[in-house]
Amino acid sequence: MNNQLINYILHLADNNLILGQRNSEWCGHGPVLEQDIAITNISLDLIGQARNFYQYAASLIGDGATEDSLAYLRTEREFKNLLLVEQPNSDWAVTILRQFLFSTYQYLLYQQLQKSNDEQIAAIAEKALKEVTYHVRWSSEWVIRLGDGTEESKDRMLSAIDELWRFTGELFLSASYETEAAKEGYGINVTLLKEAWLQKIKDVFEEATLPMPSEKIFMQCGGKDGVHTEHLGYILAEMQYLQRTYPGCEW
Amino acid sequence: MNNTKDIKVNIQEEKDAIWKILEQVNDPEVPVLSVIDLGIIRGVDVKVSSTGEDLEGVVVAVTPTYSGCPATEVINMNIKMALLEYGYKNVQIKTVLSPAWTTEWMTEAGKEKLKAYGIAPPKPMQSVCTPDSFQEEEATQCPHCNSFHTKLISRFGSTACKALYQCEDCKEPFDYFKCH
Repeated sequence: MNNQLINYILHLADNNLILGQRNSEWCGHGPVLEQDIAITNISLDLIGQARNFYQYAASLIGDGATEDSLAYLRTEREFKNLLLVEQPNSDWAVTILRQFLFSTYQYLLYQQLQKSNDEQIAAIAEKALKEVTYHVRWSSEWVIRLGDGTEESKDRMLSAIDELWRFTGELFLSASYETEAAKEGYGINVTLLKEAWLQKIKDVFEEATLPMPSEKIFMQCGGKDGVHTEHLGYILAEMQYLQRTYPGCEW
Repeated sequence: MNNTKDIKVNIQEEKDAIWKILEQVNDPEVPVLSVIDLGIIRGVDVKVSSTGEDLEGVVVAVTPTYSGCPATEVINMNIKMALLEYGYKNVQIKTVLSPAWTTEWMTEAGKEKLKAYGIAPPKPMQSVCTPDSFQEEEATQCPHCNSFHTKLISRFGSTACKALYQCEDCKEPFDYFKCH
């Protein structure tokens, strides 16, 4: 059993599941109906992608593992998602900025991952790329609307950048399983995505009349290795509650 | 003398029959469309016994439209049930992710059925979404009054595959099946 391959797939899956879960918290609380539907649709896309990855990981792990056992029965230290995706929704500005920063990264990642020498990973990425394209577009348009909007919306965007920028460094720090994945050809060297990512952020921020943060900001990391912020515990408590209270329950 | 040709399974005939049955399996969300119209059936395989006389199983290769589409499982189940009703045994669904499904695989008949149902079909020229913001796109035609004077309300609609539009002439809202 190739543990590093499994870890790599779980990392990709966990990013999607946790962000999907976070976005779904907006369900019924969106600022306007159409955006409530938009953000939950994005959640659906992300959870669908997560399922594809979890199903693949489960087939590799064997031993009775399923997409459900991986999603609902692992604890915080076993989750390998980025710190960025577990940050609280706060207000709409934080939510759409978080989406923009993540989806731009995911777009570049999946673009490369289509060439993975692992057929299943390449197939999942090829499928997901089309959906992520809509996510990038939707979130970048919101960054521009709010950044170049009213005084209040701009203030909230500046606040959002302040809150989230420290979690973007982790995107381009290769975890051990990512380094292994890139070396073996089934994964991507994420450090190589940074330049293109920065350029896209810069272009959109410019149109949104938002300043780029200083390069000296200290970057938080650890999520990829299971060391999370305090938020993940609460997310899992809510997400896993039903399965843990009524083990094996089904719809 | 035994004419063994008569009792052997005619594989091509069976496959053709199965494809025909699949025309009756509909998308639960958009019931005017069959799975054939959607272009999600990627292949039909038939397993015969070593003597060639018994049909032992069927494998239908299906590709999902969107990663998170919740109708996928219902469709898979409906395909199985339809084939079981016609007496096929051991029906298996094989999920194929690559090549990724695209609206280009939707049949012309399917597109017309969508329009008649009140949903604007995906545009013929594959204007697939670019990641760039605020792009000018060719107008989407209103399925009710045929006007091109329409506006996008949200790129995310009632289901993963649809966007929400409003017609500026007849004022009706309508769903648009997004290019994918």
